[in-house]
Amino acid sequence: MSENEVCVIVPVHNEASTVATTVSDLLQHFAHVVCVDDGSRDGSADLARAAGATVLRHVVNQGQGAALRTGFDHVLRHTSAAYVVTFDADGQHLVEDARRMLERARAANVDVVLASRFTGTTEQMPHLRELILRAAVRFTRMTSRLEVTDTHNGLRVLSRRAIQRIDLRMPRMAYASELLDAIVPAGLTYVEEPVTVIYTDYSRAKGQRNSNAFNILFDLALLRLRATP
Amino acid sequence: MIIKILLITAALGVTVLVLREKVPGQREASRRAAGLLLVVVAIIAVLWPELTTTAANAVGVGRGTDLVLYLLVIVFAYSALATAQKIHRLQHDITVLTRELALSRPILPGGERPPLRPEGPVESSVHRD
Repeated sequence: MSENEVCVIVPVHNEASTVATTVSDLLQHFAHVVCVDDGSRDGSADLARAAGATVLRHVVNQGQGAALRTGFDHVLRHTSAAYVVTFDADGQHLVEDARRMLERARAANVDVVLASRFTGTTEQMPHLRELILRAAVRFTRMTSRLEVTDTHNGLRVLSRRAIQRIDLRMPRMAYASELLDAIVPAGLTYVEEPVTVIYTDYSRAKGQRNSNAFNILFDLALLRLRATP
Repeated sequence: MIIKILLITAALGVTVLVLREKVPGQREASRRAAGLLLVVVAIIAVLWPELTTTAANAVGVGRGTDLVLYLLVIVFAYSALATAQKIHRLQHDITVLTRELALSRPILPGGERPPLRPEGPVESSVHRD
């Protein structure tokens, strides 16, 4: 991989019905797709490999943040890619949005491009989910000093410098807040890009429970209280 | 009245002690000493129960058994928090190990699995895909 190249990281946990399509769609526009299989038990790893991805397998489920971190470490250790794209396996994201965000990263020379469904488009988003996410956005704007409009979007572009400086340790889905909180202190530049997020019956059934918001807040509070080991 | 101050201080102190330990094991000796002290105090309290009442009265508690109960709550809270903390650290260790295993056994699109690779240089100029 030359220094101009890009690696797409797709964290996967039991997404057998969508991962192959996601990987092959990505491979039409990106040369390198790495799936981090986070302890799936439905054969997702094999499907991803067959579709053309490199697969890194967590033998035990560790959470999406840990899966991304593994992807980042792979990129840093074994490649010289200049940019990383994080992309969900469940069909909620559009490859076209990822392409556009990458071009924006290069053109604007920023470390981080975040995606916003609220300045973009959502399709069939459940009401309660929208309420909770918008509240999360207000919370994050207050605590992380970021001017963002969407805080839990799995589609991101990160420069090599960004993944070197961001250390994800939070369990489950709280990593998303951890990532945003790390941007300003790490001295990274960022922009936000409007994107489309599609809620299919599949992704709605499979997605996080709304009550997980409480868990995320609790985890964040504990993070602030604990000394870093 | 004194007891209220002592208990609140103890409750806060326990929280601070558990959450702020930077290097696990740095306070091992103090913990062991405290444990031994607890055993000694317990034996004394069993042999001379009236001493618990004396101690209780000194801090504004009516009965010795009540004081023992308060002490039990504090010790239990510390023990529960310390165990939760230990589990948290262990989970992190498991994550690190799971990650190392995943990184050393990548599965390539063609299906080949290269042999277990040792830790390579952090910045590699050749993409070994």
